[in-house]
Order: sequence, then structure tokens, then C-alpha cells
Amino acid sequence: MQEAMIKRAKELLADGSVNRVIGWKRGEFVYDVTPAVFDSAEELDADFVYDDFTAANVSKYLIKETKKEGKILAFLKPCDTYSFNQLIKEHRIVRENVYVIGIPGGPKLDAEKIKAKGITGILGAKNDNGTLRIETLYGEETMPYYEAVSVKCESCKSKKHMVYDELMGEEGDILQSNRFDMVEKLENMTAQERYDFWREQLSKCIRCNACRNVCPACSCEKCIFDNPDSGFENKAAVDSFEENMFHIIRAFHVAGRCTDCGECSRVCPQNIPLHLLNRKFIKDINSLYGEYQAGEDTTSRAPLTNYTTDDCEPSIVHERGVE
Amino acid sequence: MLKISKSKLNELFDAVSAKQALYLPVDRNDGAAEYKKYESGMTMSSALNTVRSAKDFFFPQTENLVDFKMEGKNIEVIDVREESEDFVIFGVRACDARSFTILDKVFLAEPVDSYYKNRRDHGTVVTMACTRPAETCFCKTFGIDPTVPEGDAACFDDGENIFFLANNDKGQAFIDSIASLLEEGDAAKLCEVQEKARAIMEKLPLAKLSTENFGGDKLTEYFNSEKWADLSEACLGCGTCTFVCPTCQCYDIKDFNTGHGIKRFRCWDSCMYSDFTKMAHGNPRLTQLERFRQRFMHKLVYFPANNNGEFGCVGCGRCLSKCPISMNIVKVMKALEVK
Amino acid sequence: MQVNENKEFEPVIVAFCCNWCSYAGADLSGTNRLNYPTNVKIIRVPCSCRVNPMFILRAFQRGADGVIICGCHPGDCHYTSGNYYARRRITLLYSMLDYLGIERNRTRLEWVSAAEGAKFAETMQKFTADVKKLGPNRRLEDLRCRKQ
Repeated sequence: MQEAMIKRAKELLADGSVNRVIGWKRGEFVYDVTPAVFDSAEELDADFVYDDFTAANVSKYLIKETKKEGKILAFLKPCDTYSFNQLIKEHRIVRENVYVIGIPGGPKLDAEKIKAKGITGILGAKNDNGTLRIETLYGEETMPYYEAVSVKCESCKSKKHMVYDELMGEEGDILQSNRFDMVEKLENMTAQERYDFWREQLSKCIRCNACRNVCPACSCEKCIFDNPDSGFENKAAVDSFEENMFHIIRAFHVAGRCTDCGECSRVCPQNIPLHLLNRKFIKDINSLYGEYQAGEDTTSRAPLTNYTTDDCEPSIVHERGVE
Repeated sequence: MLKISKSKLNELFDAVSAKQALYLPVDRNDGAAEYKKYESGMTMSSALNTVRSAKDFFFPQTENLVDFKMEGKNIEVIDVREESEDFVIFGVRACDARSFTILDKVFLAEPVDSYYKNRRDHGTVVTMACTRPAETCFCKTFGIDPTVPEGDAACFDDGENIFFLANNDKGQAFIDSIASLLEEGDAAKLCEVQEKARAIMEKLPLAKLSTENFGGDKLTEYFNSEKWADLSEACLGCGTCTFVCPTCQCYDIKDFNTGHGIKRFRCWDSCMYSDFTKMAHGNPRLTQLERFRQRFMHKLVYFPANNNGEFGCVGCGRCLSKCPISMNIVKVMKALEVK
Repeated sequence: MQVNENKEFEPVIVAFCCNWCSYAGADLSGTNRLNYPTNVKIIRVPCSCRVNPMFILRAFQRGADGVIICGCHPGDCHYTSGNYYARRRITLLYSMLDYLGIERNRTRLEWVSAAEGAKFAETMQKFTADVKKLGPNRRLEDLRCRKQ
């Protein structure tokens, strides 16, 4: 697939349909790929990579890229296309300046999960029929392939691209995923248990803002937490309140616009399961206001900028779930 | 050298923590390690390193500086500095231990930062030599030997025993305080373990990385390099690198209105942020390229120029694993290097 | 949180009241000499839709033990549809607070019209009593703001 993608990209560059390509660039190790813009065939040949570790969602970069001259070629996995559509809907990406090629999705692997097993000195990793064979400085190690899969790919919701100008590989389907299982599990805990769970998780937060800055829905030019004029400027969480505050507000600001791409959890250096906050909002919206998937199309109104006269009352919170 | 059997390590921890606070790396249930205050029963992590570096102990993420109380037109200034208690940080790796030397150059130079100094004076750093370096390690590039770490006292693991070595008076005092639990040991096996680790160091992917072409001499050349555009392209400006880095030391000072007084505190800041170093007109670095360049110029050029060739990096490799888009100082060095 | 003469815990309640309906309703309960607890601090907003989730968190941070939002009845919003948006927004926010383990009875939303002076007083009495039973807010508290 990587060779086919490079070949196609070179064709489109050569015939002038696009003047740059956004994809992933090889790193020092097998797993540290960086999103990058390629301007020439030589660069593509030298550094372009598409493999088990290209989990990064490149749609957010298109906000800046489509403001530039010329057309850019973007390779989008199915989950990336949802973010892309959502950004089109919000008028952040100029559609005419992107040529989208839909590429097969995951599952993608997460090097942190391999390292969490105590495997170190990682030099290479290959899937061998469900077993991941990892070449290390200390000899070969193995682990089940599915245990190295990125958190975001564990509950994949769709192998179907929502938008593309061209498709490489087979068209996939929307999947029945189990992505709300953990949310439900939390809802069925007592309030004290939930409080303890979230305190344990959110106290790890170092306010690095990786989650916010990687999120395609968090595309404000000036975040309220960075803006002294907003009255809510906050650089570090001094106590438990501020830890909670940042995450409640960030999840709320993207509610209804979050496509559940999972990047937030993938990038968190402290392994906080942030996707559980966003999925709670998605689950609530689905059950209270009708099934809604952000990024499925570019025209529907986001649930929070919409209403019906017979929406439920907030007192429903008191009636559902476990106290 | 004095040693203790690894099976008796918890006895040692119990003895130390009876007299002063003890912090050591502990495994979390999400697979990562973090420093925690020792409580009886905790097991020390065997992970290579923690996510948050040990700089937290001397330079915490948030720290109260001073409080103010207003009564009418009178402002009362309240000194909230607490006399710190003695504490021990156990299991610090060579890279983090070197970072203290770098932070000392910043905080203990005139005018001395009394908050940092207070913590530094009360803390005893007990390091742990590395035996299984990771592919992301490159401490050797900065003249650090992971098999012989700095710190007040150093520990060495030969698989069955932990050996102790004092590097200064503070370290000697620490070892004396637990001497009753230690016994003389044969360091033969330890030498083998160290040789093995050194052999692996030679084979590390980043073993050949060198700082010889960096430093203050080529400042203008590096500053004006065309490579910055490509390098900074994917940078999200999030600040993760600065917060996991053991040597990053920038901070902001903020006032918080509690409703019945003002708390002035300092918190970590990041040169990657758009509201960093705000002058009267705003942040002088308008684009991410300039901020990205600033961070690496500081670590590779400005800091060594001002500090006798000491680089602002210790090769711990945290930025290599934690950057959301996998940019890091190694990639910058390799792309930028002017021979 | 406060204490009364009996050293009992008295909750601090913040009520965001929309100017056109619920604030007028509060006024009406006053002119009718209907008592509602002094624990309630009213913040007048032009519409219930003006209430930003950050206001609710800020209220808890600054010492509130309970937050209630009052607005016009759905269909009667002075600005036509503000309270519809507020209804969705507040439902989702309260659900998130519940998800994080914050006690449900600390937050409420009530529709009170300008003619419902009695309802305003009753709502405030009931809410204050419910929050009093829960005790002081500890889970969403900012320790720095706690009065010594």
C-alpha cells in the first residue's frame, strides 16, 4: 500500500493536480512517524511512510494548509475523513484546495503499549499471524498483536470513508463497535466510585495540552485557557478543581462536534482515557437527541446548535443511571 | 561496597521513610511509572524511567510564592514559604540526576531562587544506575554515563543485590543512616552487569549522535537555517515536550483571587505557547516556527554558550516517546547539524 | 459554605435567573412577602441561554454548594429560542457532572415564569433543603477559595 500511495502521489504531483502531499514521514525508529508535507517526488521516495504506526490524524493540519496557494493531496483513513468533514462543515478547511485519497484504516499500533509490557530497545515490529514479533536490543520479544493496538483502534466505528475524491483499497463498512461499553460501565457505578475513578485519572494530568492541540475539533485560534481576556486563563492545574475544570470544559466545547477519532487518548503522555469523557457526551446526545455522528456529512446541524420543542428536561439526569 | 539484597529492599524503604519522606518510582496500573511517596508495601518500579521527571521535587509544576490580603487600602503581604522537611528521592536515573546540575545553574545563580534552594537543600538524591537502556536513550551524547550516575548517593543493581556508593557528604549521611541494614558485598557480578550495559550503549541507534557541531559558535548559522520550516511544520505547540523534559525550566507568575485575598503562584510555562513571554505588545514570536526554533536554539546553542558548554539536554528520551507527533531534539539535531 | 448561629451548615446557593421571567418571578415572591432562604444568591442574566458551563463551575469553585438555573418556560423565551438551547446544554453539562461523580442534587434547572412568585419561593426552599442534606461541596471545591 505504501508504494502504491507514493506512486499515486508522484503522479498527481507530476501532472500538476496538486503541488504538495500531506502524509507521514519516517522517523528514527519504527514507530515515531511525524505528519509532514512533501513537496517533491524525491522527498516522497526518501521519507514517506504508511504502516502500522501511522495513527496520526492529519486533517487538522489542513486548516492551515488549505489557506495556502495550490491544491494539497491528503491521504485520509476512514476515521480521519470524519474529522475532515466536520472541519468542512465548520468552514475551517477550503474543500477545493484538497484532493482526498481514502486509504485503508487501522488497526494501528501504539508503541507505548509495547513498552508498557516492559519491552524495551525496540528496533522493529512485525505482525506474524496475530503475534507481534518485536526485534529489540535484548533479543526478540513477542506479544499478542491485539494488545499492541492503539486504544482508539480497539473500538473502531467505521472502515467506511465519509468523503474522498479517489479511493485506494477496498471500501469498508460502518461497524458495530463496542465503544460505549466502558462509558456504560462507569454510568453503572455509584457516584463515589465514579468520583474516585476520575480523580485517579485526572490527577495525572500535567496540562500539557497535547489532547487539546491534536484535537481536530479544538481549532480555536485562541483557546479560552490561553486568553487572559477570557477570565478563564489557566496554564497549570493548581488543584483538583482546576484539573476537573479543564477536562469538563474541553469535552463540553467539542460536544456534538467530536468525531471520536481517539487522538486525544493516543497522545496523552499520562495515558488518561480522555475518550471516555467525549464518548459520554456522544452517548448522551445519541440517546436524548437522536443518533448523531459528527463528520458523517457536511450539512447537518450539530446537536448543540439545534433543538426541538420537546427535548427532555435536565431532570432526566436524576432519573437515569445509578446515583 | 556496601550492599543489600533486593528481597530486603522494602525493609530499607521502611527504615528511611520512618525518619523522612521517601519518594520512589512506582508502577501505575496504566503501565507507566511515576514518583510516589513511599508507603509500606509499595514496590519500586523496574521501569527505565518515569513519565514526569524528577525536577518536580525541586521545581514543582505549581508553587505558592506569596499571599496578599487587602483591608481597605492596606495590603498585607503574607510569606507562605514553609520550612521544607528533609526528603529522599530514590531511584533517580543518571539523566534526571544531571538535570539537577543544569537547573542549579539557572536557579542557584545570583539572585538565588529561595524556593528552589529550600527544596534542593532538603532533598537527598539517591540515583540508580541503568542496566537496560532503551532505544530512545542518548545520555552518552551529553557526557553522562548511565552505569555510573551522579547524585548524592548512587545505587547499582547486579540482579540480586543493590550496592551503594556515596558521592558526597549528604550521600554518606544517607548511607550511614541505613548502614545497619547493609553489609559488605562482592562487586564482581556488578562489573559484569555494567559491562553488558555499556556494550548495549554502543549498539543504541542514537549512539553516534554528537554535540560537537553545536554550541554558541555557529549561532547565526543555526538561527537562519532553512531547516526550521520543515522541522516546525507538524509542531502542535502543545507543550508536552517542555513538561516532560527534566531540564526545561521556564515558568510564569500568576495571581489568583480567592475571594478573600490574592495568592501569587508560579506555574510551568512553555516556550511553545502563544502566550509565552508576553511583552507589552504580546509574544514577540508570532509563529510556531519561531517558538519551535527558540526551544532548540536554547538547548543546543544559547544555554551552552552561557554555561561553559553545558547543553540544555540530558538525553533522557522522554520527548522522543511523548511528543504527540514524534518530533524531538534528535530529529532536530540530525536535520540541523552544520559540520 | 456558611454556618448559622447554631453552627449548622448553611449551603451557599447560586441561582442564575433570566431577567424576563425568573428574575421577575423572584421579585414577585418578594412583593408577595413569600419567604425563600437567604442562602440563595441570585445572578441576573438576560436569558438562561447566557449561562456558560464555566459559570456553573466557577460558582462551585468560589464556594457555592448548589447551583440552580431558572429561565422562562420552553416556548415563552423572551428571545424565542434561548431556553431551548439552554435546555440541551444544561442537560449535557449536568450529565457530565454526574458522570464525574458530583452529587446530582447539587444542580438543578427550573422554569419559572414572571407570574410564579410562589413557585420561585418553593423551588428555592426545596433546593436549599436538598443541598443542605448533602453537606458542603467537597468534590468540586477549590481549596484555595475556602474561607479559613
